[in-house]
Amino acid sequence: MIPAAFDYVVPRTLPEAVAELVKHGQEAKVLAGGHSLIPLMKLRLSTPSFLVDIGRVGNLTYIREEDGHVAIGALTSHHDIEFSELLKNKLPLLTSAASQIGDPQVRNRGTIGGAAAHADPFGDFPACLLALDAEFKAVGPRGERSIAARDFFVDTFTSSLEPNEILREIRIPTPPPGSRGTYLKFSRRSQDWAIVAVAAQVRVTGHEVTQVAVGLTGMGSRPIRASGVEQALRGKAGHDDELRAAAERAVDGTDPQQDLNGSPDYRRHLAQVLTRRALEQITAHH
Amino acid sequence: MAISQMVGASIKRREDPRLVTGTGSYVDDLPQTALVHMHVVRSSEAHARILGIETGRAKEADGVVAILTGKDLKPEFGAPLPVTVCFVPDKKYPNHYPMAIDKVHYVGEPVAIVLASSRAAAEDAGERIEVKYQSLPAVVDIEKAIEAGAPVLHEELGSNLSYDVKFAAGDIEAAFKEAEITIKQRLIQQRLIPIAIEPRGVLADYKTFSNKLTVWSSTQIPHFVKVWLAVILGISESNVRVVAPEVGGGFGSKIRVYPEEILTALASRRLGRPVKWIEDRNENVKATHHGRDQIWDVEIAAKKDGTVLGIRPTQWLNLGGYCSQFGTFQVLGMLVAQGAYKMKAFDGRSVGVFTNTTPTDAYRGAGRPEATYLIERVMDLVARETGIDPVEIRRKNFVRAEDQPFTTLLGLTYDSGDYTITLDKALEMVDYAALRREQAEKRKQGTYIGIGLCTYIEICGLGPAAATQAATGVSLWGMSVVNLHFTGKATVIIGSSPHGQGHETTYAQVASDVLGIPVEDIDVQHGDTAIGPMGMDTYGSRSTALDGNAVHISAMKVQEKARKIAAHLLEAAEGDVVYENGKAFVKGTPSKAVTIQEIAMAAFQTNRLPKGMEGGLEATTFFDPSNFVWPFGAHICVVEVDGETGATKILRYVAVDDCGTRINPMVVDGQLHGGIAQGIGQALFEEGVYDEAGQLRTGSLVDYLIPTASDLPSFELAATFTPSPVNPLGTKGIGEAGTIASTPAVMNAIVDALQPFGVRDVAMPATPQKLWQLMHRNGGTTR
Repeated sequence: MIPAAFDYVVPRTLPEAVAELVKHGQEAKVLAGGHSLIPLMKLRLSTPSFLVDIGRVGNLTYIREEDGHVAIGALTSHHDIEFSELLKNKLPLLTSAASQIGDPQVRNRGTIGGAAAHADPFGDFPACLLALDAEFKAVGPRGERSIAARDFFVDTFTSSLEPNEILREIRIPTPPPGSRGTYLKFSRRSQDWAIVAVAAQVRVTGHEVTQVAVGLTGMGSRPIRASGVEQALRGKAGHDDELRAAAERAVDGTDPQQDLNGSPDYRRHLAQVLTRRALEQITAHH
Repeated sequence: MAISQMVGASIKRREDPRLVTGTGSYVDDLPQTALVHMHVVRSSEAHARILGIETGRAKEADGVVAILTGKDLKPEFGAPLPVTVCFVPDKKYPNHYPMAIDKVHYVGEPVAIVLASSRAAAEDAGERIEVKYQSLPAVVDIEKAIEAGAPVLHEELGSNLSYDVKFAAGDIEAAFKEAEITIKQRLIQQRLIPIAIEPRGVLADYKTFSNKLTVWSSTQIPHFVKVWLAVILGISESNVRVVAPEVGGGFGSKIRVYPEEILTALASRRLGRPVKWIEDRNENVKATHHGRDQIWDVEIAAKKDGTVLGIRPTQWLNLGGYCSQFGTFQVLGMLVAQGAYKMKAFDGRSVGVFTNTTPTDAYRGAGRPEATYLIERVMDLVARETGIDPVEIRRKNFVRAEDQPFTTLLGLTYDSGDYTITLDKALEMVDYAALRREQAEKRKQGTYIGIGLCTYIEICGLGPAAATQAATGVSLWGMSVVNLHFTGKATVIIGSSPHGQGHETTYAQVASDVLGIPVEDIDVQHGDTAIGPMGMDTYGSRSTALDGNAVHISAMKVQEKARKIAAHLLEAAEGDVVYENGKAFVKGTPSKAVTIQEIAMAAFQTNRLPKGMEGGLEATTFFDPSNFVWPFGAHICVVEVDGETGATKILRYVAVDDCGTRINPMVVDGQLHGGIAQGIGQALFEEGVYDEAGQLRTGSLVDYLIPTASDLPSFELAATFTPSPVNPLGTKGIGEAGTIASTPAVMNAIVDALQPFGVRDVAMPATPQKLWQLMHRNGGTTR
């Protein structure tokens, strides 16, 4: 379990890092927290001959609110997200998800940018970022561009980042007051990848569901927006039977896989149960 | 009267400071110069002929010293790897060499070794080796392997059947004739992968001109390894030394002579340099043997009042690609399947089968977890069928205290035990009656609580020499040397080879009480064949019942000699001198005592000794007890199963264990905590899975799930004390009890929780998906 030989650079700025990627093309990989890439390299399932370690690029670790958005630097660790006061107040969906990723060692090293760029369909942040309509700021040889969440996650381990682009920042519209979120994850052990997980963000104003966004983990080759659930619930009062009926639609448009932990049928069932539980939890006491 | 102070004291383990600070030395930490690193190229095929191995490109790689294949080393394999009798003397099995020569039989079998200047260079070169295989159809399933037309692994054996033997006693036909109730059930013992935290590792150093071989190995059995290295390499046993340094867990997975121990030694002999191999986790899951993988079919004859008349179990044992050294030890399950209960007849059959999978061998409990799972599920099946509470079924069928020593149908004799005392205590701890009421209430609300019992007995302390030789082919006993130094400090050498059991602490406690020397002044040495005459090592919860007692006996012998020397020094008659708390004196005059320090000094000033007495203050003991030891206990598990998702949560886990005298209760609790966790692992999480082509689908710890602290409840432990009558300390074994008891306790609880859904059995592991399917096969209706 020793990786194949590779070369390694530690650029100090994003332009330098991008220049290294341009220079080495397909042979190069970006290294952030390393908690996905290094295990793959140790198993020699991934054999990049060049690593660009962005760990010492400055100004990529922050969580701040600006212009109606929460901006999170790509190198912000899961741990920092889990314990951010700002996020606890404004985006508890993210703190909830962060607290359920792997174990403390993983959360200390893993980064939100790395997790997003890795685009693991069983990763926890992608479904959250999709539900929250996040925007991804990426830097490449031709400067910076912005990618919407719905365009960012393409397929298993595939994002819409170009090989020579680096994710710099994730921006999330600050939810309006009264909007609440949670992440319910179902796995066999606490530290495992999700079999299925649900990211839900809901706002009940008076007696009306005015905002509802649901993202699903583990229900296809990329995170999925449960638009059926959203349509069914938007504008409703949020009564139990409405939540239940809406949750039934969590299976719409999904294509879950078969593996050792679950069949497609079981995953569809879990998606419905977890969606209902998430909606009940968020809308309780309204 | 000698006052026992250290035995029974929960002093801290002296092993821990070095282990928790990272200053202990495992094989990979040992310093060596001129080291060569070995990488093993392993078969990617489950069943194939080797047409050729192309090593040219690899030999040219940077840092490569040599590359060797099975064909290259075949002339140096003086014998195949050992296979012991283990209850099946007439089994058929193939010769198993440390490296495949013409054919491979499982994914992970060694096919070539790369020797290089660094581990990275060895692995890089390994990737350049091309093995040309002719693939053959593979078979991984026990039942498919013995169907007509199945691919045969070892053509010379004619089929994949290794053995088919009966273990029967009593009139089973009469039992079934008398039966008012008969039940048939298939029980699955899934394949388990042991996952010691430290994978295996070997460092071999063959000194060319002296022809002396030293091997450091992460093994449970350095003494066995020494003998077999001598045999297989064809060198004098007196020139072989094997050391087990710190060993980071074994659980049975380090109980056999392994190919890599032979390969590193052969390579070192060829190269004249030390050779090191350290197993990585990727190799560990397929190159280190697996456990369990059995199907048990049972037929039960019982009466309506819950009396079990007889059982007819068949054990289908998946041996894997070869017969491992103790591969049929799991047949022990047959011999102890009667459990804590009386019955009239037992009609057992065990069948061993080869498949294209990693060989199986002992794994924590080795046969006893299987037997206990069988009989404890049988008790619950009878309870379900008769409508009688599982507690009452057990009480009705228990061997009673007045029946002890009780001889089972198959002729084993239990040493002691009143099985109602642990059961009563456990029931009281959980408040059983209240728990049953709560269960009934919650069921009405759609919450599914389950209560599971396991009232186990366990055979351990292997264990009388004649009996173990007859059954397993190996004569087993305990060994100790107790040696006092000039200044009255002691060295204790033991024949057991601890790897987490705490013998350095507990055996010092034993010697301290007898010698009256502070525990800090007693050093316990082990795991090195260069010290002490011989040892039978550590497995099967045998050590304390044998080697621990051997320490007691040697210390008593030293005390006796000390008393004689003291009498001489005091110019008193031997019969008048007593020895207490490290001092000897004439009865009644303790003020005129000689201390053990003075006695020890005199022992090395031979002029001060009685005429004819040998110098030194040392004793050796080979302890051969009259019987095995039989701990017992009652475990109760309470679970809640989520009716919607199938997730199981353990709400409470109560364990009352009786292992006789507890030398260090804290060490006993530690053994129980780990054991219970491991058994819960089998019940809820662990399963080694192969696909039909023989590829391991659970090849990493992402797919092979072992329990972690956050997945487990706090265990509630309690004890009763029934000293064993067959050894002077009264100790029994505790290393495996937790594992043996917890798996059936958890599974009985889960089956109990799902009773409203008509579920009678759940195949392990009880995954959420499986439970969901069982609950929803009738559309989720309860009845």
